[in-house]
Amino acid sequence: MVKASNRQKEAYQQLLQKHTPSRPIFRNLVLAFLVGGAITTIGQGVLNFFVSQGLSPKDAATPTAGVMIFLGALLTGLGVYDKIGKFAGMGSALPITGFANSIVSPALEFKREGFVLGVGARMFQVAGPVIVYGVVSSLVVSVLHILVKGV
Amino acid sequence: MVDFLLAFAVGGAICVAAQLVLDLTKLTPAHIMVLFVSLGAVVSGLGLYGPLVKIGGAGATVPLTGFGHALVQGMLEDVRQFGILGLFSGGLRATAVGITSAVVFGYLMAILFNPKG
Repeated sequence: MVKASNRQKEAYQQLLQKHTPSRPIFRNLVLAFLVGGAITTIGQGVLNFFVSQGLSPKDAATPTAGVMIFLGALLTGLGVYDKIGKFAGMGSALPITGFANSIVSPALEFKREGFVLGVGARMFQVAGPVIVYGVVSSLVVSVLHILVKGV
Repeated sequence: MVDFLLAFAVGGAICVAAQLVLDLTKLTPAHIMVLFVSLGAVVSGLGLYGPLVKIGGAGATVPLTGFGHALVQGMLEDVRQFGILGLFSGGLRATAVGITSAVVFGYLMAILFNPKG
C-alpha cells in the first residue's frame, strides 16, 4: 500500500474543507431555541397540571418527566419526532422527549434482529451511556459536595 | 403566563448551548446528551441548578441537564436520611419514574409501531 505524503494529506484536507458545506450555525441556533423552548413550554403546561392537582412544584417535576417521555416515545413511534429532529438538532434531542426518542428510534430500527438482541439491547444504545455517565458523574459530584460543604 | 415564558426562555437557552457544542465541535448528539447530563450534575453540585429550576420550572427540569440535577439532589437527600448508602440509592430513586417510563413506554412503542421509511 502506498502511503500518502504529508503534502498530499494537506492538499486533501484543503480540498475537503473547500467542499464541506458551511453549516448554517445561526439558523441552527434559532431552530434549537424555538423547538427546545416549545417542548419545555409544553412541559411547563404538564407541570402546572400536576401542581393544580395538589403536588408541590418540586414533586410535580417527576410525573412531568414521565408524561414527556410518553409523548416523546409515542411521537417517535408515529414517525413524527425524527422529522422534527432533522431540523431542530439539539432542540429536540436534549429535552427528555429526545431521551425517549433515543430509545424508541434504534429499538424500531433493529426490531428485525429480534426482541431480545434487537429491541431489548438497542433501546439503550444512547440511553445506556446517558444513565452510566449520569450516575457516575452524579456520584462523584455528590461525594465532592459532601467533602467540601458537608451534607 | 410568565412561567410559560420563563420555561420557554430557559429551556430554549439550554438547547442553544447544546446546539453550539454540536455545531462548533465534532461531538455527536449522543456525546452531547451524555455531556449535558454530567454538566447538570456539576452545576447542581455547585448549588446553581436549584435556583435555575426556581426561575425556569420545566425549562430547567425537562432538558437532560435536569436529569443530572435530579440524580445529584436524590443522592444528597438519601445521604441525609440514610447515611452514606444514600449515594447508591438516592440517584436512581429520584429518577425512577423517568427511567421506568423510558423503559416501559419505549418498549411499548417499539412493539406497537414499525420503522417508517
